[in-house]
Amino acid sequence: MARKSKADVESTEVLSGENAIQNKEIEGLSQGQIVRKRFFRHRAAVISLGTLTSIVILAFTALDWKLFGAIRVPGWWRWTHEELLELRYGDCPGGTVGCPTISLLPKFLGGAGIGLGTHPFGQDDIGRDYFALVMKGTQRSLSVMVIIGSVAATLGVVIGSIAGFYRGRIDAILMRFVDFMITIPVIIIGSVVGYRYGNLGAAFLALLLGLFAWTGLSRLVRAEFLTLREREFVDAARVAGATNRRIIFKHILPNAIGVIIVSVTLLLSGAILLETALSFIGFGVVPPDVSLGLLISQYQDSFTTRPWLFWYPGLFIISIALSVNFIGDGLRDAFDPRQRRRISKKERQDSATARKLAQAND
Amino acid sequence: MAAFILRRLGALGVILFGSSFILYNLAAISADPLEELRLSLDPSRDAQITALTRELQLDVPPPLRYFLWLRGVFGIFVGQPNFGTGRDGAAVIESLSIAIPVTLRLVLAATILAAILGIMIGIVTALRQYSRFDYSMTFVAFLLFSLPIFWVAVLLKEYLAISFNNFLRDPIIPITWIIGIGLVSGLFWASIIGRNRKLFWTTYAVAFILSSGLVTFFGVTGWLLNPSLGPIVILGLSIGLAFGVTQLSVGLINKAALRASLTMAGLSIVAFYPANWVFDNYPGPLGIFLMICGLITTAVFVGLAFSKIDRVPIVRTSIITAVLSGGLVLVDKFMQTWKPYMETEAINRRPVPTVGERNDLLNSTDFWISSLDIVTHLFLPTLALTLIGFAGYIRFARGTLLEVLNQDYIRTARAKGLTERTVIMRHAFRNTMIPMTTILVADFAGVVGGAFITETVFAWSGMGTLALQGIRSQDLNLLMGVFFVTATMAVLANFVADLLYSVLDPRIRAGSGE
Repeated sequence: MARKSKADVESTEVLSGENAIQNKEIEGLSQGQIVRKRFFRHRAAVISLGTLTSIVILAFTALDWKLFGAIRVPGWWRWTHEELLELRYGDCPGGTVGCPTISLLPKFLGGAGIGLGTHPFGQDDIGRDYFALVMKGTQRSLSVMVIIGSVAATLGVVIGSIAGFYRGRIDAILMRFVDFMITIPVIIIGSVVGYRYGNLGAAFLALLLGLFAWTGLSRLVRAEFLTLREREFVDAARVAGATNRRIIFKHILPNAIGVIIVSVTLLLSGAILLETALSFIGFGVVPPDVSLGLLISQYQDSFTTRPWLFWYPGLFIISIALSVNFIGDGLRDAFDPRQRRRISKKERQDSATARKLAQAND
Repeated sequence: MAAFILRRLGALGVILFGSSFILYNLAAISADPLEELRLSLDPSRDAQITALTRELQLDVPPPLRYFLWLRGVFGIFVGQPNFGTGRDGAAVIESLSIAIPVTLRLVLAATILAAILGIMIGIVTALRQYSRFDYSMTFVAFLLFSLPIFWVAVLLKEYLAISFNNFLRDPIIPITWIIGIGLVSGLFWASIIGRNRKLFWTTYAVAFILSSGLVTFFGVTGWLLNPSLGPIVILGLSIGLAFGVTQLSVGLINKAALRASLTMAGLSIVAFYPANWVFDNYPGPLGIFLMICGLITTAVFVGLAFSKIDRVPIVRTSIITAVLSGGLVLVDKFMQTWKPYMETEAINRRPVPTVGERNDLLNSTDFWISSLDIVTHLFLPTLALTLIGFAGYIRFARGTLLEVLNQDYIRTARAKGLTERTVIMRHAFRNTMIPMTTILVADFAGVVGGAFITETVFAWSGMGTLALQGIRSQDLNLLMGVFFVTATMAVLANFVADLLYSVLDPRIRAGSGE
């Protein structure tokens, strides 16, 4: 190692205060532990993780499940999304029917007390319980999101790694194909596919959409592989006689996992917006199935008279997409090795004092 | 360079060919134009099927039919493009030529607005990194990323069109609104400007008083029904603009530039009455264009007259001031048109429309009224697209500026004693604009695709509507026509972005690497 000049040494000393705080924190921790630690320090990401988890639990436990068409696992909510109930007249504002009974204002503040009531989100125009409908829609949109995400992630990672690792002709062919696909707007492909195959079920539609959503990810993975495969540790592995397979799975992929996870998260938030948008224009999930975008599309005209039919599905879409985006942001911070946590003023002062004390003792 | 451009253009051709081939086959497999006829009970069904098959060449398998389509498209090179005919019998190229300007108008306005606002806020957040303003803007950006555009669009329709129109019937602004607007605007400005506690609360108080006072004034005078700026306000705003522009572009210390732009601000008031005379007597784009040319020429002369050395920045400052204060005069003209526009029969005092790109009932021959009609119809869709789009610019501008601020040349600039203004505006901002420009160009094409949903919600008859119609009626030619236009725009925009990048950033040489 070259000898350091005086200026270098000095500048390192100035920085060492901050570095010391950083380095001390990650001493003796594995990569996974460091990432987890950094992630849990991102407050918005942790809150979002909590929100998303509760939405998932809420949506998937509320309604009945039918297993193999025969066994019925009951949900905790009293209605299902298909039951036609009597429309609730009465205390609705403006003479409307089926308004939401949820109340969040306690009695001593003049509200009706905190409680759900019979129809917390109200009822739709034919009397179905809107809470059950929104839960069903959330289930549908979440599963479409996950299917699109996993299909696209698998394809993107496989194609990107093959192109980046083997380079040459395979890379050229695959990347030209990606160029072609990226030129076609996803909403056009989605509409073309959705118009024809939307009636075959949401899962099938999601599978098809996933087949067209991997292109951006594959480019990122390829770029990551192209840089990683030139690194010394890959050379070392090759010299030690590792097979390509081993190099890809044991050496390169673990190093690229940060980029992959982050962009898959962003892909997921894109996927739920794509599904809802397609359902909204009528090329996605089709009735009698339910999805959040479809609900908004069906009731957009009743916004003036019965706005709850419009608000609740929208709030769920936004909560899901926002949580996923923030989780992605937290993951990006956690995986980025250049990312330095902002050292708070107090910590900096503490370390400065400590340094001064140390100098004084010398 | 020429070889590089030619090679890139060749690659673009290949990409267009490949992507249109894929989409054509995909759409041909998914669509069955005969489906409806097969189900019909019409006795002449078979004859109709034969006729349609012959017309759309359905007997040719899709991969080969693609080349028939491509042959028509290649007509572009001999000046006779042929995109085939749609299911309704109209030539696709006719429908496209109506739809393209509609979409362009929407996308252009939205992109420009989103970029300007986003870059401004992004730069402020970068300069105030880790401040409360930075955190709240980051949150806003994430929120906007997560909003489904159709949801926003329906909300905007309800609150900014229907409710606002109802409100205009009797525009009395309630006191809660006045206080609310004051509080929000105070918070906004104070978190940008307030560096320490004292400055924060001073800014808060000033912004609160100014904005609630302004809102009260609007309410009391019925300004919303008959808005105008008038020469005095224009003069005041122009002088403010003159100071602001000078401060940002060369610094108030440059007296010559300040004098030049103040003169231009003063001239805007001198030009106010002649300009309005021209607006009234010779309405139309030509008059406006000529006046802008005149304005810029005057600004050049004024700038030259006031400067002895270092003329270019001074002339630039005076031109920017002139264009901005001239813009105020134009805005004032539109405001004056507001009242007669509201009172036309077609509008009937409900000026913010929810659907369409123009009001067909409004057969006014007045240039200003029909222009204002286009502006009011642009309002909501542009707002929706801008809201969704500008989040990206905030994040990007912030990231780029932070990166630039960490560069050695910024430290050098500070070390040699330049003012913070010069460091930010001349060294940092310009280098931030290099990647911003390229993103902007590439994004423009992306928005064309994104405008599909917006067009649907606001019932604009643009390209998005055409494409969806093409898919719904299984009209392959229509869909491919729209796709061809948008895809060509997208790849050309990327090409231009690459070229711009190599022109703006001398470190990147065209044709190197690959």
